[in-house]
Amino acid sequence: MKKNLNGKIALIVAVLVVCLWGIFGASKGLSGKDLSEGLQKRIHYGLDLRGGAHLILQVKVNEAVYAETSNVAAQVQQELKKASLSFSQVYVPDADKPEAIRIEGTTPESSSAIETLLGSTKYSNEFELKSVNDNTWTLTMKPMVLTALKSKTDQQAIEALSDRVNALGISEPVIQAYGLGADQILVELPGVENESDIEKIIQGTNRLEIHAVAGGPYKDEQEALASVGGALPADQELKSFLGVVNSGSDSQSIYRLERVSVVAGTDFRSADPSTNQNTGQREVRFTLTNEAGERFYDYTSKNVGQSMAVVMNDQVREVASIKEPIHDTGEISGSFSQDEVVALSKLLSTGALPASLTQLEKRFVGASLGADSIRAGVKAAVFGVLVVMAFMLFYYRGSGVNADLALLLNLIILLGILGLSSALSGGANALTLTLPGIAGVILTIGMGVDSNVLIFERIREEVRAGKAPSAAVDQGFAHAWITIVDTHVTTIVSAAILFMFGTGPVKGFAVTLTIGLLANLFTAVYVSRVIFDAHLNRMKPGEAVSI
Amino acid sequence: MELFRGVNVDWLRLKWYFLAFSMIFSVAGLVKMGVNMTQIHSPVPLGVDFKGGTQVQVKFEQTPDINRIRQAVAAAGVQDATIQSIQSEISTSGNEVLISLPVQQDETSLDAGRKQIVDALQAHYNNPFTESNVSVVGPTVGRQLETKAALATLYSMAGMLVYLWFRFQLIYGVAAVVACFHDTLITVGAFALTNQEISLTVIAAILTLVGYSMNDTIVVFDRIRENLRLSRRESLPDVVNRSINQTLSRTVLTSGLTFLTVLSLYIFGGQVLRGFSFALVVGILIGTYSSIAVAAPMLVAWQEWRARRGKTATLPAAKRARV
Repeated sequence: MKKNLNGKIALIVAVLVVCLWGIFGASKGLSGKDLSEGLQKRIHYGLDLRGGAHLILQVKVNEAVYAETSNVAAQVQQELKKASLSFSQVYVPDADKPEAIRIEGTTPESSSAIETLLGSTKYSNEFELKSVNDNTWTLTMKPMVLTALKSKTDQQAIEALSDRVNALGISEPVIQAYGLGADQILVELPGVENESDIEKIIQGTNRLEIHAVAGGPYKDEQEALASVGGALPADQELKSFLGVVNSGSDSQSIYRLERVSVVAGTDFRSADPSTNQNTGQREVRFTLTNEAGERFYDYTSKNVGQSMAVVMNDQVREVASIKEPIHDTGEISGSFSQDEVVALSKLLSTGALPASLTQLEKRFVGASLGADSIRAGVKAAVFGVLVVMAFMLFYYRGSGVNADLALLLNLIILLGILGLSSALSGGANALTLTLPGIAGVILTIGMGVDSNVLIFERIREEVRAGKAPSAAVDQGFAHAWITIVDTHVTTIVSAAILFMFGTGPVKGFAVTLTIGLLANLFTAVYVSRVIFDAHLNRMKPGEAVSI
Repeated sequence: MELFRGVNVDWLRLKWYFLAFSMIFSVAGLVKMGVNMTQIHSPVPLGVDFKGGTQVQVKFEQTPDINRIRQAVAAAGVQDATIQSIQSEISTSGNEVLISLPVQQDETSLDAGRKQIVDALQAHYNNPFTESNVSVVGPTVGRQLETKAALATLYSMAGMLVYLWFRFQLIYGVAAVVACFHDTLITVGAFALTNQEISLTVIAAILTLVGYSMNDTIVVFDRIRENLRLSRRESLPDVVNRSINQTLSRTVLTSGLTFLTVLSLYIFGGQVLRGFSFALVVGILIGTYSSIAVAAPMLVAWQEWRARRGKTATLPAAKRARV
């Protein structure tokens, strides 16, 4: 009885062709050099193999919340004044718990008026009003609103970082939320060899704001505090001046600033470096967003003659007096170096960060180490494959050819799927091959051959039990199949968990192991069976199967 | 060619030897972990991934002198630096040195340690170099990873237990998971005993070993299940022995071949994968051993325990295999 295998063989050949296209489809010709170039285009190496930088950044979301609540506090203060309700101060007491605004020194008689004013929908949509005692109230941001603000901040930070990385011309970067901790961002910059390139992106996390100056400059903090009778009002803060003061003295001076900024980093729309025609000083010309422009005009028209301070990285970089109302364009000049002016312009126009970032983790792999690792990994893989293939031939003779073909096809499918993922997604969502990924390939060889061993051993048992070749092959595959399914499922379970929990390179291990095992179900069972059947078809009656 | 044809070993008679062997290695590992706990406040030496800290791998143009590097680093006022040269046969030149600093609690200046090292070498050691591998991990990320790694291992064991419960019976799942736990314990113990650091890739290796050991155990269990269905009159110990013997040839072949591939990884895979392949080399040996010496005897022990308590000794094979 002969089986018709044409359909099955066609399927196997089709898979082979598709996978080969996946691996080499991008190459120009058939010479060895072209093929290896094509391979490199299709197979995406992870950071550990191609070299590059990997960062995990923490977004200080509390800063964004603090900025928001401080603005609301200022607004509350104005409305209380307008309604002639007495109070001593409205402020955000704890920068680590920035969602709570505190209103102090109100009178018991004004309770109902405050409740109407601050309980109105303008606030109650986002805040919850609570009376602490007769003279004190708290206005706390609702948890839902707080969560939304935090995730918006994370999103803005990711967008700003992406803009910046793109501006540096780094290809195939990864900038995404990092799953392990709250408000963390994973940044992967392939091929970035230079520490200073990384620094540019990190230093670019500076925050720039414009604050109203309440007093100063003072020689030191004591003098600044003395000017307000020793106690700093809660809505003000002290900041030191960095760099050379216009007067030429380089002594550090202290300014007393309004805590709530007039213009925040996210308010800038575009900025360009330029030079002031009158003074020759370097400056940054900026344009504000419409909304911020309105606010800025409002503020500057009310405060002509007053001073404002440009604050970068918590330090005052420039203090300027307001000569006339400014709408939405202006320039920042001051003690900047040329590099700083260029960097600042880029920073402002690519969208400043809504909150500052700290580095939690930084890894950097040089391309030479990556190349060494590829060489080592490939050497280990080739050696592993050769040893296993030689052994299978020696131990199972004719059937060993079978196992070896299945093994080779398994490797082709594995690489093919990596290549196809890159070809089909245009490189954007390509599965990457990492060093632990190569280890996964090697382990796949070991475990792939296990399926063959299981089947062959079983066929031998059946042959020993006196079955005819075709029946022995049938039974061998049927029995081994149950075991193969069980072993593959359990291993895929652990690989899947690794994929969910692992990061970077380790994820690459889970990827190759899972693809390898799935491919193995196809090659070791389906393909190997077809080869057996083809062989059985050509066997003379009474001939024994070579196993 | 055939190995192990018609083997007939009474594996269950050896169970006390197996128990002694497993106990010796588990206890040795545990004792060393206990000692480590008091000395380094962690059962096994943790790599920079978990512990946090700064690691700078530097490649010099000329052969480096470790003592001079140490002096240079000390002269720049860098404290607590450890310096070791890297034995790397795959590297194009052997001039690589690994300089590590302990974790920095202040995450605002995470990068300071690396800068200090680089500056110190530039200022005090006249040998041009490039940084080939830098890892700076803050305490937050380290702690996060530690938790996640432990969870991942536990989840994967739980996932397998559930699968085996569904495919076989609960006792099979429990026996297999105990065997996996045994393997993990001994492998981690091997890291403690040889003073090697556990890194993120080592955790990946341990998860792989969990999967591998499970593989091996399932092959034996599958055969036990099949034999129990075929010969209902045979006693469980006999069935277990026969099943181990029948699958022995496969067990030895597969672990031998997998062991060879992993060994080639250990030898050729380079320094980056050293810990990873070490875990697998140990794990495959232990994983193969445990399916014969731990998982299968547990099934028998469970049944004997039930029999002693006067319960009907139902064979744990009742479920039919579904295909």
